[in-house]
Amino acid sequence: MNDRLIPLNLLPLGQFGRVRRLSAGGSKRRRLLDLGLIQGTQVEALCKSPSGDPTAYQIRGAVIALRSEEASCIMMEALKEE
Amino acid sequence: MGLTKQSTGHNALKEMFQVKSDSPYDFIVALAGNPNTGKSTVFNQLTGLNQHTGNWPGKTVTNAQGNFTYKDKKFILVDLPGTYSLFAGSAEEETARDFICFGKPSAVVVVADATCLERNLNLVLQIMEITDKVILCVNLMDEAKRKKINIDLSLLSRKLGVPVVGTSARSGQGLEKLRETIYKTAHGEIQPAPVKLEYSREIEKAIEELTYTIEAAAGISINSRWTALRLLDGDPAIQKSINDFLGFSLIENKEIVQKLNKARLMLKENNMNTDSVKDQLVYTIVRKAEELAEETVTFHNKDYNQMDRKIDNILTSKAFGFPIMLGLLGVIFWLTIQGANYPSEVLAGVFAFIERKLTDFFLSTGAPDWIYGILVQGMYKTLAWVVSVMLPPMTIFFPLFTLLEDLGYLPRVAFNLDNFFKRACAHGKQALTMCMGFGCNAAGVIACRIIDSPRERLIAIITNNFVPCNGRFPILITLSAIFIAGSGLFSSFFAVLVVLGVIVFGVLMTLFLSKLLSKTILKGMPSSFTLELPPYRKPQAGRIIIRSILDRTLFVLGRAVMVAAPAGLVIWIMANISIEGMSLLSRCASLLQPFGNAIGMDGYILMAFILGLPANEIVIPILIMSYMSTGVMMELDSLDALKNLLVNNGWTWLTAVNVMIFTLLHFPCGTTLLTIKKETQSKKWSLVSFLVPTVSGILVCFALTQIVRLAGLV
Repeated sequence: MNDRLIPLNLLPLGQFGRVRRLSAGGSKRRRLLDLGLIQGTQVEALCKSPSGDPTAYQIRGAVIALRSEEASCIMMEALKEE
Repeated sequence: MGLTKQSTGHNALKEMFQVKSDSPYDFIVALAGNPNTGKSTVFNQLTGLNQHTGNWPGKTVTNAQGNFTYKDKKFILVDLPGTYSLFAGSAEEETARDFICFGKPSAVVVVADATCLERNLNLVLQIMEITDKVILCVNLMDEAKRKKINIDLSLLSRKLGVPVVGTSARSGQGLEKLRETIYKTAHGEIQPAPVKLEYSREIEKAIEELTYTIEAAAGISINSRWTALRLLDGDPAIQKSINDFLGFSLIENKEIVQKLNKARLMLKENNMNTDSVKDQLVYTIVRKAEELAEETVTFHNKDYNQMDRKIDNILTSKAFGFPIMLGLLGVIFWLTIQGANYPSEVLAGVFAFIERKLTDFFLSTGAPDWIYGILVQGMYKTLAWVVSVMLPPMTIFFPLFTLLEDLGYLPRVAFNLDNFFKRACAHGKQALTMCMGFGCNAAGVIACRIIDSPRERLIAIITNNFVPCNGRFPILITLSAIFIAGSGLFSSFFAVLVVLGVIVFGVLMTLFLSKLLSKTILKGMPSSFTLELPPYRKPQAGRIIIRSILDRTLFVLGRAVMVAAPAGLVIWIMANISIEGMSLLSRCASLLQPFGNAIGMDGYILMAFILGLPANEIVIPILIMSYMSTGVMMELDSLDALKNLLVNNGWTWLTAVNVMIFTLLHFPCGTTLLTIKKETQSKKWSLVSFLVPTVSGILVCFALTQIVRLAGLV
């Protein structure tokens, strides 16, 4: 794996990634952590809203929609295969 | 003796959660869980109460409570709002947390979704940190089985140290076992020993420092380990709740402050600040949940949710997302309008028959005219109209709408529309509260509790009225049917288009005004938001029909009837008491006439809206009566007759359009206003909620009327 991190909102649909760190603080961070988005968590980008945003992600067995503002705080390491 | 701190804290909270009982009870049991886990179904099955359930997150918007008796004991069951966590800070989460911490329930049943156990365990573990008396109810076992997900419940129970019961609440499976487990746990026959979450050495040391001091200061009324953790992670909201409960501020206690500073210093030496402590607390819980799920859950079909993803890819696709949404709404309205025609006619016929009989009866007894007028022409006719016009569409509309809810479609609507709400600086969940508004705006306003940012919640409350509720649909449907659709093959099709158009207009108004409010009196940026798209579920047809008829139709109709009869009475009196040769009604109407005319309506229409304040359902019957009392009496047995009546009173298509617009955009009904007052705790915001739609309605109608008249179109 290369070391280049991408924010979650740029993870292409259908691709997997692994959470490396969160660049948010405060209650936003808390909320993201509560979704289970801790370091090492695998996330799959599922589909985009027809209006372009938010995007639905598969996180720990649940499907969660995040706006690009939130997703951009989640720095991911892209994974090629599961 | 006096009151102890403990008892006052307890009582204050009891009041807050309104644990009420007309007879003595033995145990209070709290029901917690993530949204959308079938918590409400479990609640209903246990208590026999009909709390409405739907497949979208955040359904339990108020604390419901019910009771049940098992063996010789009576249990009060408190249904807490569904939450994913006890930390993230929405009003719902605070309520749930405070009740679990300070309500001292004899047991806490945490309902979890078997198809998504890992995510649910997060909350379970958080609750287990607060109280020992936890029972885990793994619900939706039937769904899990269908998806070939296997859960080793007894292993899970051993790992967690608390009793675990598997249920399929919809079919009632496992409920008996759950009752028994609650009974035994409350009794102390089962003593859960929750697994303790181990944090890093430094944090454990800091906890240890604090625990004893807290225990010394606060006694055993509060879990000292948990309190120590909350002091360490420095969440002011939780600390405030704790202080309120204890009756004194923990961080004003000298010894505690001393210990806390010492602990913080020690953590700092190990390169940990408040934020990293917070992170670690969450990490530990999430990791533990992951570990537990790995050990106890087996997926025999890795692609268990492929079907859901495929459906999502269609329902939320660029090409089909919006067309399907509008199409579904259109089909619902078409079925409602088309299907309601015949039963409405039959009902009207039955009511007309009864009216003739009543008339005969009054004639034969020789009762005075005014008694006959008040009872039959006033009260009975209004009532008959409301029932015959409202009952059939509601019995069709509500089950269909509930079906969409049960399937899990509504969160997808919010998902599709969110970007527009974001651009309007509003909250994505506003779309969900608007969906609730279709049923009843008061319910929609209460549903706004799922929005955690106060600013966005207010916006959602103020604009909820722009979604036509069930009391207003009949006005829209009737007017579009008689004035715009005309007659012929495609008439109901056009009527649907018009109603859809009105709804889209309402949504646009909502977005526009949300933006306007965000730029003026409620300045701010959209706050962060996450939305869960729950798995699609097979709806249960029979239950849906029964539930939606019982819960919604009868409720809404009952309210309308309660209001219709007295309103009929008032309006008849107003129409029949004359001052200097002119009825009171005509006098009021003529006062309003110039204003009504300017916005393309007339004085009677405005009177009808004003008198319809208690419930919008009665606007049309009031209007009919006003027109009839000024002209010749006639039988109103068809839509054509109604059209004639309206046209004879000067209605044009423009009047109809204006009335439809004003139906959408005017002050909320009395119930909704009271609800807004209660929810916002503010006269100012209630007034704003009154003015915003009313002023917009007047402006839109005025502009439209003047343009059309200038252009010479009417």
